[in-house]
Amino acid sequence: MSEEVKHKFNTKMVPFPSQAIVPERDLHKLPVLDVRNLGIDFGGLTAVDGFNITIGPTEISGLIGPNGAGKTTIFNLLTSVYQPTRGSILLNGIDTKGMTTHKVNKLGIARTFQNIRLFTDMTALDNVKVGMHNGIKCSFASSVLRLPSHFKAEKQANEKAMELLDFMGLTEVADQKAGSLPYGVQRRLEIVRALATSPSIILLDEPAAGMNPSETTELMHQIRRIRDTFHIAVFLIEHDMNLVMNVCEAIAVVNYGRIIAKGTPDDIRQNPAVIEAYLGREEGNP
Amino acid sequence: MKTTKLTKYIRRYFPYVLVTAAFLICQSLISTGTMPRTTKSLLIPVCVYIVMAVSLNLTVGISGELSLGHAGFMAIGAFTGIVVAEYTGSVFSAPEWVQLLLAIVAGGVLAGIMGTLIGIPVLRLHGDYLAIVTLAFGEIIRNVLNCIYISLDGKKLHFAFNNMNIDGKLLFRGPTGATGVTRIATFTAGFLLVLVTLFVVLNLIHSRSGRAIMAIRDNRIAAESVGIDVTEYRMMAFVTSAVLAGMGGALFGLNYSTLAPSNFSFNASILILVYVVLGGIGNITGSIIAATVLYVLPEELRRFSDYRMLVYAVVLIAVMLVTNSTSVRGFFDRFRDKEQKQRKDGPENKTGKEGAHHE
Repeated sequence: MSEEVKHKFNTKMVPFPSQAIVPERDLHKLPVLDVRNLGIDFGGLTAVDGFNITIGPTEISGLIGPNGAGKTTIFNLLTSVYQPTRGSILLNGIDTKGMTTHKVNKLGIARTFQNIRLFTDMTALDNVKVGMHNGIKCSFASSVLRLPSHFKAEKQANEKAMELLDFMGLTEVADQKAGSLPYGVQRRLEIVRALATSPSIILLDEPAAGMNPSETTELMHQIRRIRDTFHIAVFLIEHDMNLVMNVCEAIAVVNYGRIIAKGTPDDIRQNPAVIEAYLGREEGNP
Repeated sequence: MKTTKLTKYIRRYFPYVLVTAAFLICQSLISTGTMPRTTKSLLIPVCVYIVMAVSLNLTVGISGELSLGHAGFMAIGAFTGIVVAEYTGSVFSAPEWVQLLLAIVAGGVLAGIMGTLIGIPVLRLHGDYLAIVTLAFGEIIRNVLNCIYISLDGKKLHFAFNNMNIDGKLLFRGPTGATGVTRIATFTAGFLLVLVTLFVVLNLIHSRSGRAIMAIRDNRIAAESVGIDVTEYRMMAFVTSAVLAGMGGALFGLNYSTLAPSNFSFNASILILVYVVLGGIGNITGSIIAATVLYVLPEELRRFSDYRMLVYAVVLIAVMLVTNSTSVRGFFDRFRDKEQKQRKDGPENKTGKEGAHHE
């Protein structure tokens, strides 16, 4: 499905299990993320190996696996926090090899963090405005001299930030310090901040962690709404199987840094390898 | 909501009001002749140290990098200012205010260039390492200045390194520094420089760039993840701070008839850092007040002669104890955060950190 992608690397062809699936509507579009044979070693430890995934531009997909399977490491590789030892990442057809995190963000990948990383001393509104950093056109000089362009840019930024906060139902807390907000609200604020960078794919690292069932249900609707409103792809790590099975169109399961299954939620539910990874092997049934 | 906005504005412009009011009071005291000579001689240094403290607060408080070499940039500004003032004065016979203006601008520019050069290697580091390396650079600047000789020969400036046998009138002679400087610094110039500093720093804080700088301080990884170039913005804060320090230094240099590089030792950097820390890290108004009080205090304590520094130390400790006491804090918080009471729905605000307020 990725014939359109021009590869300027990897002239040697190597076999790899091409199990990638994308929604039919995305079939003839350039995949937003095309990851080939990704791997990273930390010293002698291979944390991730042979990771392949293709995500369509309007796809919601999930990444699941037991604790310590390497899920967050994969997110860190995708956002260039770590540089991969092997393999390549194509983001909207562009190889992100050697790029810094902020540059990769400019190319269209935004993320949230497993342990929330908000700017705690700033207001919720300012957090979102920091997210809009590259969308605001206003130089150092025009800010310091308070030229009209500064006020214009600030006004636009405020309006757009308020719109985004409203989208996630956070208008009420706009003026409050991010660090003083309840946990679930902080998680949603982090999503808003990521959306503020106008990404083409958003990575959510355990968005429902610490949320109660009703908040989780609301989050499920919001994730769909993010995709439907902004027409972007969502790639999420989550332990809440109810959320993953209900929201995701495709799921990849990793264990010990390797993909053990890929497919639709129904495929995954019945896959024996997945059941084994999560529940262990049955006695006397090798 | 309306009161919140009003208090926001008051807080935002309070530093300007404070400084202007202090200036007007001092001016009226001078014109009526009620200000003693000794106090009058403190006015310009106080302005300079306010500039130094506010600019260092940009690095330490807003950008969150502990820099221990701030006096180095001050020294560059001071001696550049002296040379430029002397040159423009004798070659172009420029009026004093033009000399002063050019000296301040030149001091800022040169300190900015040095700040950029130092920033490139230094800003790869974080935390304690950054502090140690900036300390070293501050000392390097002072030691290099100890070896430089500058003379004015007609219309030409001569520079020499470790060699004092150069033609013309020596403007700057290594470890002896500059002597016979025409004292052209004025209190009004000092006041204007403080206003410029406040204008630059406060406008920077409340802008796109300032938000990026504070975001990096609060959480570098998150800042990178939303597309902020960390190096660019740390550099921006560091260089802006250096430029302002250079400008303050130029004014400082033109306030004394003799000035040696040894005036800008490590102790001077620490002194400025003390103003910043006691005023509250990240708190601009605090820096202004702390610089004023803590500069004037040792001078006024001269009547205690031998016990002067002892009393000074006791005052420093008392300030720390008082500002960290919860009851005193609570008392002031009642005035400051009245609007906070209206929204007690969320969990308790736990950000009781020193100087979490950026106004």
